[in-house]
Amino acid sequence: MRPFEYVVAGSPADARALLREVPGARYYAGGTTLVDLMKAEVERPPRVVDISRLPLAAVELRADRVRIGALARNSDVADDPTVGQHFPALAQALRSGASGQLRNAATVGGNLQQRTRCPYFRETRWRCNKREPGSGCDALEGFNRGHAILGTSEHCIATAPGDMAVALVALDAEVVIEGEGGERRVPITEFYLLPGASPERETALAHGELIVAVELRFAAVNERSRYLKLRDRASYEFALVSVAAGLAIEHGAIRTARLALGGVGTVPWRARDAEDVLLNVAPDEDAYVRAAEVALDGAVTRPQNAFKVELAQRAIVRALRGVAEGGA
Amino acid sequence: MPPIAPSTAPLTLRLNGRERTFLVEPQVTLLDLIRERAGLPGTKKGCDRGQCGACTVLVNGRRVLSCLALAWPHAGDDVVTIEGLAQNGAPHPVQAAFVEHDALQCGYCTPGQIMSAVGALREGRATDDDAIREAMSGNICRCGAYVNIVAAVRAAREAGA
Repeated sequence: MRPFEYVVAGSPADARALLREVPGARYYAGGTTLVDLMKAEVERPPRVVDISRLPLAAVELRADRVRIGALARNSDVADDPTVGQHFPALAQALRSGASGQLRNAATVGGNLQQRTRCPYFRETRWRCNKREPGSGCDALEGFNRGHAILGTSEHCIATAPGDMAVALVALDAEVVIEGEGGERRVPITEFYLLPGASPERETALAHGELIVAVELRFAAVNERSRYLKLRDRASYEFALVSVAAGLAIEHGAIRTARLALGGVGTVPWRARDAEDVLLNVAPDEDAYVRAAEVALDGAVTRPQNAFKVELAQRAIVRALRGVAEGGA
Repeated sequence: MPPIAPSTAPLTLRLNGRERTFLVEPQVTLLDLIRERAGLPGTKKGCDRGQCGACTVLVNGRRVLSCLALAWPHAGDDVVTIEGLAQNGAPHPVQAAFVEHDALQCGYCTPGQIMSAVGALREGRATDDDAIREAMSGNICRCGAYVNIVAAVRAAREAGA
């Protein structure tokens, strides 16, 4: 690991000031992604700002929502009774991610900014536009079985990693960001940026801002949600395809539908067109199959990852069926 | 800007029940502090990248990977390693169960397996064999002693560990 300066933040404002002073400085919360990438020299921060002791770890009930502090550990959020009851897809997504040890350390704010598992990003000797803008992309013609098929560009096909963000995208979460002008709320679907011509820009977060919380509103569709994850192993593996789905069903028809996909997008993927297909129709197999087809419209595949189209479609059908029949 | 020279300052934390102070640079991981500075080599450095679980320790009672943590953010924390599990010379029930069920072959992953099992049992996750496999999936055993590891964790749970 390269040398760096270590400083401890005494408050969120202090943290932002300490970060802003040094270009390339990074916050340290749980450390699980940052330390890994610092060892690989993918991350080379001259300064590390320790925010792990800031009082931002609470899960709080508000009138119409739950506010999850950015420093809440993944395992604590998964075990929170309010989250389990009102946002089951989130609890399931968190429990399906990483290992028990990692979930005890990883924080919500850090997890939102987890970096891609693209092997060409994680190994500095390969070309990667995300790591070194303009250098090229060795994944395009490389080993890209795990890579994205939605939201790709000619500059980057790296898959957005992780499970939590996929659930949050389906649940219409808002990311609460503290900056110079106070707090701002960004819908999580706008928090993530498509790679386009600048894959190094991954989120709407500016240097010197700090994620302080994630907020979720109570809603019938969120209560009736679930997370389905398909992967090469039964546990401790990233998704090939994952689905976060929610349905609100009244009088035999779907009134609200939420669908998000993991493992297939360059960002946690919200499938709004597929949701529209499900509106005001009976919750049946035909509707799920149509939604699944629409969700994968526009997929751009490569020979090694073309299997993800059918896998994702089947996963969507299974997840929607599970939501409709299981009720939870 | 040029890299900033590493600074050193005393870092105090509680290690296996004793307050200890170390002089460490910012880039020292919790794992390297435990092994190299505190001289407690029971915690293993397997992959050093958060993939194998051999470096698992308890921090404030919860299992974490010491290789993916810097030491400095753990100032003041309560850290327990495999060397700190036994009480009054008697093995911890999970240690005893691993011996009883022959839950190891080469033994390299064993300290991490045991620390992870202690943490998983405290979390209340090891409720049946499938749950044990899921809860222990962050600990790799290259010898493939998994069947006996599951048996040991099950036995430790039944013994009330």
